Amino acid sequence: MLAFELGWAEWLVRTVAVLGVVLLPAGATVYLYLFKMVSFMQSRLGPMEAGPYGSMQLLAEVGKNLQKEDILPAKADRTIFNLAPYVVLSSTFLLALVVPFGPEAGFASLDTGSFSDRNFDGVGAFYAMAVSSISVIGILMAGWASASKYSLMGGVRAAGQLIAYELPLILAIVGVVIQAGSLSLQGIVYAQYEGEIFGFGAIGNPFIITQFVGFIIFMIAVQAELTQVPFDMPIAESELVSGYMTEYSGFRFLMFFIGEFATANIFAFLASVFFLGGWTVPPFIVDLLGITIDSNWFNLIGPAVMLTKMLLLTFIIYWVRFTYPRFREDQLQKFAWKVLIPISLVNIAITGFLKVAF
Amino acid sequence: MSALLFAQATSNSWDLPANIAFGIISVIAIGAALRMVTTDNVVHSALYLLVVLAAVAAVYILLGAEFVAATQVLVYIGAILVLLLFGVMLTKAKLGADEDLNYEQRWIGLGVSVLLLVVMTFSIWEEYGTKEEAKLVGYEPQRTQVVADSIFSTYIVPFEAVSVLLLAALIGAVVVARRD
Repeated sequence: MLAFELGWAEWLVRTVAVLGVVLLPAGATVYLYLFKMVSFMQSRLGPMEAGPYGSMQLLAEVGKNLQKEDILPAKADRTIFNLAPYVVLSSTFLLALVVPFGPEAGFASLDTGSFSDRNFDGVGAFYAMAVSSISVIGILMAGWASASKYSLMGGVRAAGQLIAYELPLILAIVGVVIQAGSLSLQGIVYAQYEGEIFGFGAIGNPFIITQFVGFIIFMIAVQAELTQVPFDMPIAESELVSGYMTEYSGFRFLMFFIGEFATANIFAFLASVFFLGGWTVPPFIVDLLGITIDSNWFNLIGPAVMLTKMLLLTFIIYWVRFTYPRFREDQLQKFAWKVLIPISLVNIAITGFLKVAF
Repeated sequence: MSALLFAQATSNSWDLPANIAFGIISVIAIGAALRMVTTDNVVHSALYLLVVLAAVAAVYILLGAEFVAATQVLVYIGAILVLLLFGVMLTKAKLGADEDLNYEQRWIGLGVSVLLLVVMTFSIWEEYGTKEEAKLVGYEPQRTQVVADSIFSTYIVPFEAVSVLLLAALIGAVVVARRD
């Protein structure tokens, strides 16, 4: 693995960069979408006082939450109650580790694909799907350890929902993996860059075109995995106060909050890797710029491209979130098991058939 | 222990950081396994099991078997343990010490584990005890393609047998769960 050949300084940079890639986009999307876009949709201004156009509101919110008393319910299981937000957040960080932002711009070498010699052996896609399921454990821990009926019901609802929607999430990726012929995220990016649609390769072959069904299923499943409206039964505020987060306050609530939004961003990053061509730009633009795809320039352009695609996809996530009402619990389960999973299985079968045929 | 590792590192091609990491992971895994069977709360027990399973996944990563490690996390932590916690929390999940737990089968369990330890130690020592390649060398990741090839050629019969078994279990679960 590449990682052991890195110097300590590079390790340090990459470690700090993971913090940056989790926290900064989370702050950006909270301000842009949760504060401003929803205000626009509801014909109000949103936060305007802190800083120009309320842009410092986020820091004020963080300061407020840090000052709050860290309340522990009397009958709660102290250790597990305290650990739960860390488990949820660790899932987010583990997920961020494999996202590629350029030919060499990444954080860990789990996704060992090397762009310069076209060697894509990593298991990044599979790893991402695996670690994304860890957050369920944290949610269950939070729900149980709070010693509250609302929390427990929220936790159990969350577990049932996340188990149901993990399957379509993974099955939607299988189609992409079959078409790319690689489990490595870099390999998937490269397959989309090099791909051609009936001999026309100017825009590559972003899998959103050929795997459109997979893309739709993936985005729906992501919405459910993030417990965003219309899939927000675990934290349904009109029924369960705030679900598994009910008893949390102060810093630990802030961790759940950051975890929720940062995970939305990381899933949007992953969706842009799987379906929108990742950090690459269409081949004809690369030709226009007169550089090659594995040149060092793309370690600079790549993160910006990824950020753009991520903001586009998170826009869709929050648009849906603020548009639709909540499903009923049985509709939610029916939708996953009777609609999404069969469709994604058919998608896999067709993709496999076409892969062999062409 | 550490002196032994350092001596090994200087004397031959043993890889020191990997061995230290293995030592730490093993201590965590064994400690969590012991706490899992001695703790008096079912949910705590399940969470200690989580630590054990995560430690095993870490050992797989140490061995360069990334695909197997991801599978371990996906299947054991993401599915089986979540279902276990889900079931426990739906039925009974007391906070604090649970007096109803019984340890009546502990001696049988102890006997089985000792037997397993002896058999596995003996067989591993027989096979690899004196060979060079058994030692933890390098971090060459195992290619997923190699895993796939060996499953679908060398181990095709056990693989198919397991598939049929799982299918039978699935149908059995449906039959049991049906009300009519």
